[in-house]
Amino acid sequence: MKELLKEILKTKTGLFSVSVILLLILSSILAPWISPYDPYEINVKAILAPPCLSHPLGTDLLGRDLLSRIIYASRISLEVSIVAVGISTVIGVFLGALAGYLGGLVDEIICRFIDVMLCFPTIFLILAVIAYLEPSIFTIMVVIGLTSWMGVARLVRAEVLSLKERDFVIYARLYGAGTFRIIWKHLLPNALAPVLVSVSLGMGQAILIESALSFLGIGVQPPTPSLGNILIEGKETLEVAWWLSIFPGLTILIIVLAFILLGETLQDVLNPKKGKSF
Amino acid sequence: MLKVLFKKFLSMLITLWGITIISFFLIHLAPGGPLSPMTEFNPRITPEYREKLVKMYGLDRPLYEQYLKWLKGVLTLDFGKSFSIDERPVWDKIKERLPITLLINGLSLVLILLIAVPLGVYSALKSGSLPERVLTFLSFVGYAMPSFWFALLLMMLFGVKLHLLPISGLHSTIGYEEMSTLQKIWDWTKHLICPLLVATFGGIAGISRYVRNSVYEVLYSDFVLFARAKGLSERRVLFKHALRNALLPLITILGLSLPGLIGGSVIFETIFGIPGLGQLMWQSVMARDYPVIMGNLFLIAVLTLLGNFLADLGYALADPRIRTGARKK
Repeated sequence: MKELLKEILKTKTGLFSVSVILLLILSSILAPWISPYDPYEINVKAILAPPCLSHPLGTDLLGRDLLSRIIYASRISLEVSIVAVGISTVIGVFLGALAGYLGGLVDEIICRFIDVMLCFPTIFLILAVIAYLEPSIFTIMVVIGLTSWMGVARLVRAEVLSLKERDFVIYARLYGAGTFRIIWKHLLPNALAPVLVSVSLGMGQAILIESALSFLGIGVQPPTPSLGNILIEGKETLEVAWWLSIFPGLTILIIVLAFILLGETLQDVLNPKKGKSF
Repeated sequence: MLKVLFKKFLSMLITLWGITIISFFLIHLAPGGPLSPMTEFNPRITPEYREKLVKMYGLDRPLYEQYLKWLKGVLTLDFGKSFSIDERPVWDKIKERLPITLLINGLSLVLILLIAVPLGVYSALKSGSLPERVLTFLSFVGYAMPSFWFALLLMMLFGVKLHLLPISGLHSTIGYEEMSTLQKIWDWTKHLICPLLVATFGGIAGISRYVRNSVYEVLYSDFVLFARAKGLSERRVLFKHALRNALLPLITILGLSLPGLIGGSVIFETIFGIPGLGQLMWQSVMARDYPVIMGNLFLIAVLTLLGNFLADLGYALADPRIRTGARKK
């Protein structure tokens, strides 16, 4: 693990993405102490103030400090994506491993299920489910998780398929180890690398979906700040307050870019045979 | 060849059946449905509303009966009536919006191919050079760019700063009737530029990267080495040998990227006020117009499935190994 981190930090992209993600984690944990203002505090004297010394990124329609809101919003994005990716990874690994190891009818059914799920464009599926539920942070975490496990499942299945005829697995089976023990103790640890890559890419994807949903008004609900719902105000004030659109959007872009580049770097480090991306 | 197609067709039918099951399952999340403990206490849904839902989907009858009734409706394109004030049949609402969404997504697919393929081939050929590294980095930015933010930036640039392009709707509302055909086409074009840019941007990143990797791999394969060893010109090696093999899988990738493309419609149609299926979906979710939501979702899934099937067909027709029935061992 330490070796892996060292390899990642050797590349420019790895250094960039790890720094951004560390910064994000730190600012999320320390949010109450490092944000200059209370993100909910309304200040009628500073409505739509442009970036200045007391408000480095300006203020919004209610005079709330944008920097503080972005710090809290990133924290929520991080929470949502961690839970969502957690759910999708657990489902994906479970179904993928089962399909790959058991084969036959189970494999056929799970693969069909994946095919079917992939026919629904994620956003449409999420919208349809959310229409029945109250939009909240909890809802979108779960819904994003439940609708984005198909990639991981396919990946793990392929990995398990290529591993299960290897000697060490056959020995384990001869030794009398049960299905779940073999999957858990022998197959999954060896399939960890591609799962790590897909977790990293999935984090970026989940943050994109969460912010898009919040922007459409069906994700995180105001007054709770989210990078997407700050941009709703940004759209309304496009002509007078550029900072309300530029900064939250840029924040999403940088965070997502960091997760995607981390995934790519991981892939290069774990799989040096393939052509490097940089 | 025929056997392959028949197999594909059969598996498409099975997937279609799966789509009906999932859609049917979702309906049962509806208030009053057997799977709806979460929505039971939803304050936004009144008892009358619930009753309307129960009646429409027959939620009080046995499951298989409900499924058969729903399936019969779906197969005859009868998705019920909208819950909005106009109470129009869902299919009518979808029918008038479908061409718009198909037009924009079709155009953007063409644009994506025209831009992404040359970009990808260039990147593979010049692998390691500065322009290639810049392009690769840009393609990651393209991946990570939230499409709705990109739309906002375009609005800011073209609409607010430069006053060059309209940023809402499909055509002008004032004076549109009096325009000549040519003027109308020009008016549409101007309105479509921003939405098309948004629809195309994300796709370029993914596809160009795919093309780059695929061409890169083929360029170092044995048969290209052999073609070079024969003394063929670089040009001939590239166009006659490498690209043909590298670009073939692109057909499948395009089929697979369909859901993403269509999903993007929700974002740019909502932002730019374009009356397509994406906007309809968003509006009906906001209004909790369940029949429209479910009809829309089902139709989009079927369209995606059809797109994938066509891609499979195209692949089978284009790949001589499948076309002639010869099997690679």
